[in-house]
Amino acid sequence: MKPIYLDNNATTQVDPLVLEEMLPYFSELYANPSSMHTFGGQVGGKLRQARSRVAALLGCAPDEVVFTACGTESDNTAIRSALTVRPDRRRIVTTKVEHPAILGLVEHLKKTEGYDVVLLPVDGEGNLDLAAYKAALTPDTAIVSVMWANNETGVVFPIPELSAIARERGILFHTDAVQAVGKIPMKLSETAVDMLSLSGHKLHASKGVGALYVRKGTPFAPLLIGGHQERGMRSGTENTPGLIGLGKACELAQTHMAEENSRVRALRDRLEQGLLAAVPNSKLNGAKEPRLPNTSNISFKFVEGEAILLRLDQLGICASSGSACSSGSLEPSHVLRAMGVPFTFAHGSIRFSLSRTTTDAEIDLVLTELPKIIDTLRKISPFNEQNAMEEEKPACGC
Amino acid sequence: MWDYTDKVREHFLEPRNVGSIENADGVGEVGSIACGDALKLFLKVDENERIVEVKFQTFGCASAIASSSALTEMVKGKTLDEALTISNQDIADYLGGLPKEKMHCSVMGREALEAAVRNLRGEAAPEVEGEIVCECFGVTDVQIRRAIAENHLTTVDDVTAFTKAGGGCAKCHERIQEILTEATGTPAPASASSPAPAPKPEEKPRMTNMQRIQLIEKVIEEDVRPMLMADGGNIELVDVDRTTVFVKLQGRCTSCPSSGITLRTGVEAVLREKVDPAIQVKEG
Repeated sequence: MKPIYLDNNATTQVDPLVLEEMLPYFSELYANPSSMHTFGGQVGGKLRQARSRVAALLGCAPDEVVFTACGTESDNTAIRSALTVRPDRRRIVTTKVEHPAILGLVEHLKKTEGYDVVLLPVDGEGNLDLAAYKAALTPDTAIVSVMWANNETGVVFPIPELSAIARERGILFHTDAVQAVGKIPMKLSETAVDMLSLSGHKLHASKGVGALYVRKGTPFAPLLIGGHQERGMRSGTENTPGLIGLGKACELAQTHMAEENSRVRALRDRLEQGLLAAVPNSKLNGAKEPRLPNTSNISFKFVEGEAILLRLDQLGICASSGSACSSGSLEPSHVLRAMGVPFTFAHGSIRFSLSRTTTDAEIDLVLTELPKIIDTLRKISPFNEQNAMEEEKPACGC
Repeated sequence: MWDYTDKVREHFLEPRNVGSIENADGVGEVGSIACGDALKLFLKVDENERIVEVKFQTFGCASAIASSSALTEMVKGKTLDEALTISNQDIADYLGGLPKEKMHCSVMGREALEAAVRNLRGEAAPEVEGEIVCECFGVTDVQIRRAIAENHLTTVDDVTAFTKAGGGCAKCHERIQEILTEATGTPAPASASSPAPAPKPEEKPRMTNMQRIQLIEKVIEEDVRPMLMADGGNIELVDVDRTTVFVKLQGRCTSCPSSGITLRTGVEAVLREKVDPAIQVKEG
């Protein structure tokens, strides 16, 4: 059975055109792009094309694009680079709602190297407080890292504005744009962003490829040191098929961006409005706008997210949840908690993330089936509108 | 995706004995929405204390629902004393096993059964016994020691999987390791470095987060709300994050220019006095 895949913020299907572009570089065109022979030069030329395609999507120069192996590597490179080139500065400013690729790293840097890590709060809609942001940018700040779009809620931060504020204060600005690239038009040359991370598999390229944008003139220290690849900014022989695929995926993203913002957005809105109307005691998490056009995060009170996911899974519908049980941790999503979403809602949150492969019929099926699932689970649940407040009290000392 | 057995899936998708019993002889409730899972168990017995009817309602993940369903099937027809011999491991075994991270679901089943039997026999619910080790989930050393003994647990991760203790802020991991060391005689693994000194016990009795939330709810209900309603306003408790209390002012309060003052001098002052001097009230 072909899955109904509404989990595109987790990963996406490799576009058939991307795969087609990649295949020769697994087989007959296997040369090392750094080699001096014509055979190697063929691959090197194709890699240059890929770099130009990525640059075109980002609105920057090709030599500002450094290929990496994933979004996490790009994030690690950016933050550690900034700390290396600003050895006298001890503060890292980021937000409470970042992806674990950033949060895990800064937590580690705090613990092992004693950095002063500031995690900026968000409001109930997931938006940053600009005054708090400005106040956090002290002269001791080595780097600011703020995600472009949130992976759980789709909420978009005003990166052009935030980066300009950092530049005024002489602070390096990095953004984890893994969810935003390909969905939001961007022209980095016209912003003050110094570094930006992206990941291939979130935009219909393969897993294991990413890129880091480094603005020309930005002081930089590499994470991987060795050979001369990527002009010494990222050593290691390039994953040529994957990166050539990334180039094609960026080219396709450009052509599909309008569809992403019209057809996909309309499908998302129909799903969201349909569910909120059909299911009582449900609510949208995060600001309605500005938001990624493909993402909707909805909470269903009195039921638990993992149970919803498993029943959707029975029908071949793939989504994800911010509930504690579905992640293997015991606490619900850090993003929803940072937004102050009460436990009663946070445990029952479901994230739908669509893509250009999503169809009308798929949305129809979810709209038919999900309200029934919620109804079934609510019949099993001891909680309802009448007793929920009361039941939030511990019965077990819990 | 969790590696659930077919039996877990079956009991999750087609749970047995869902519902409530109107004139139940015993009702046991454990867990809460805030904790992420909760189970309410209803028992009816005959004159020989044999369970003739059993129903459950569960809020939780697939394994919580399956564990509840399994428990009801297992106790049906048993006397209360026979039923009480069922351990959490028995529930897990009945389901063909549970992922380790989900073992606390089976523990919840056993605790609900014990609570229902206590309720049926008119025994008072025990006060929170022992020392609260995990404040996030309100788990005591007594519960932890029992889980260690009954399930042969050896690591902090094990204890978290079975009791949830240590699954939140992780502040209590050292204390859990101490309890493990006492209980099993195995010292902490060498990798678990613990440079920070153990926190000193506070003087006043410590509240679990849930107890604090309960008290805050009560104070808002009994002291704050009447005060605001007298002025045509109202208040809703949105969330509690340790000592930060998030509320929404309603009714006339929303348009009242002095609502900021109300929050600080009214709501916050009352909560500081009656619950915890560290409390901060925010609109959220």
